[in-house]
Amino acid sequence: MKLADDELAMLDGARGKAHQKAMELLVRYAEALGAERFVNTTNVAGVPGTSNPFLERYFTQPGDRYNVIYSLFDLDSDEVVEIPRMTVHACHLQGGTDPENWQTLGMKPEQLQISLAGERGAAERDIRILKTCTPYLAGNVPKRGEHCAWMESSAVVYCNSVLGARTNTEGRESTSAAMITGKIPDFGFHRDEYRYGSHRIEVEVPVESLMDWGMLGYFVGEVVGERIPVLTGRFAPPDLIHHKHFGAAAASSGGVEMYHMVGVTPEAPTLEAAFGPNRPVETFRYGPAERRRTYENLNARASDPNVDFVMLGCPHAALEQIREICRLLDGRKISPSVRLWVFTSRAVRAVADREGYTKIIRDAGGVLLTDTCSAIGQALPPGTKVAALDSAKQVHYLPAIMGIEAWFGSTADCINAALTGRWNGALS
Amino acid sequence: MSAAPDRSDSPVIVLRGRKVVGGVAEGEALVTRQTISGWGGVNALQGTIIEARHELRGVSFKGKVLVCPGAKGSSGWSVAFHTARLAGTAPIAMIFNEMTTKIALGCVVMRVPSITQLDRNPLDVIETGDWVKVDADRGIVEVRKKVRAAASASDSGVTAPRA
Repeated sequence: MKLADDELAMLDGARGKAHQKAMELLVRYAEALGAERFVNTTNVAGVPGTSNPFLERYFTQPGDRYNVIYSLFDLDSDEVVEIPRMTVHACHLQGGTDPENWQTLGMKPEQLQISLAGERGAAERDIRILKTCTPYLAGNVPKRGEHCAWMESSAVVYCNSVLGARTNTEGRESTSAAMITGKIPDFGFHRDEYRYGSHRIEVEVPVESLMDWGMLGYFVGEVVGERIPVLTGRFAPPDLIHHKHFGAAAASSGGVEMYHMVGVTPEAPTLEAAFGPNRPVETFRYGPAERRRTYENLNARASDPNVDFVMLGCPHAALEQIREICRLLDGRKISPSVRLWVFTSRAVRAVADREGYTKIIRDAGGVLLTDTCSAIGQALPPGTKVAALDSAKQVHYLPAIMGIEAWFGSTADCINAALTGRWNGALS
Repeated sequence: MSAAPDRSDSPVIVLRGRKVVGGVAEGEALVTRQTISGWGGVNALQGTIIEARHELRGVSFKGKVLVCPGAKGSSGWSVAFHTARLAGTAPIAMIFNEMTTKIALGCVVMRVPSITQLDRNPLDVIETGDWVKVDADRGIVEVRKKVRAAASASDSGVTAPRA
């Protein structure tokens, strides 16, 4: 591959050990991809230096723990180097625990201490500790065409599709190296020719609600896999939250990193613009039968109607969703046999506190949590057997990771289950 | 790595492809026609696939030559397989078709010989239980087919359960 002068200088160690190790990893990665050069990036979102009990026990080398974990795991280096202050806009995505409500999540003091130490290490290096899977709801909104290096599949698909910025689904190691160097391989979604649609999806049923958008996303991911769908048909223009749930679902059931909605998303003013030089590989119809089958797939891991856990906020809830939850609760108390957890970002939580939403949820018997979610934190209330979820992404992961049953439905279905302890959701 | 079984009678099939990560390793193949999800789809510490509707659910990839179409799902793919490397549960080599950032970075941090863009579809040539040598430096995969008579003896213990 062709390396620019500043890249060669980093490899040679001219900017110190950390830049050298980060560049070495990026070159290994670029060669694996078959990339020929790097692009410059000034917007990197990852989980730099995050530790956990396994890594703490595995890496026993002496020195500052943040440097140790970042060097040996994030940079896959065989020696510990001093991790410098970041010069590019770098942020930390979701973490493993809520520093205020860690006991609610059942976290051990050791986990809290590891999390707090990692947060300090990141902040000392000018990494923005947004601690959310929705950085675009917490102040990091890249502009169209901007080269980014983001992790978090739901944020990546939002970044490419809705914002028209450019990122591949990066991983922890590549984003941590990109934060130091400001470089990422010129591959995939950084390149014009890669961003055109491959498959057409004709939507033949109305798609309006959050639940509809989650189901459509889950269907699309299942049929196109890692390719790029172009949607046409009977959908109302989606809002930010619909995009968030659609993209998260498509990225979970498949590997969708970018989609086009004709007349909606920035790189799809017309069908022709969305496909560019490509001809559609295949066209899939999303009609009543596909919608029903998707609903049944999403509910394949539930049979017991007695719900003991309701989890909302995957991806992290927007303020409007928290308001909707408060409206649905309508001053009532949830069933004593149910726990209600709502996850959001610190930034949104700060406003929710001031709006009074946090108190409304608490008065109903639930709790508004930040930083993590049940799947990421592997956290459930004690004895949880059956969950109710309004996120196709969370229902894809949580039963597999935690070995519980989970129902999928609308936010109203979930709040109804929280109030009654019974699942009464159905496909309308 | 287990010792190579005596398959000296079986013919060697040679595939040629592009190096993703260098090195040489050989062992038993574990083959799936379904893409693999990393974080949330595997238990890294145990080296098993846990994705609910995956054809290899419950199957271990530890010490195997993993042959698959590619990667899907969470951006935690590399972390899952990186953790598997540290835990000693990772595959010993990777053969795949679809290049993505997830699988490229995962192969890099697993530090195992990895190959893609083969001249024949490895999913058509290699079956679970075949003995496979991956020479990524030279871009060569050598396949010794599992002896048919041994197939029912389940000597590998990795036969995929199918729903």
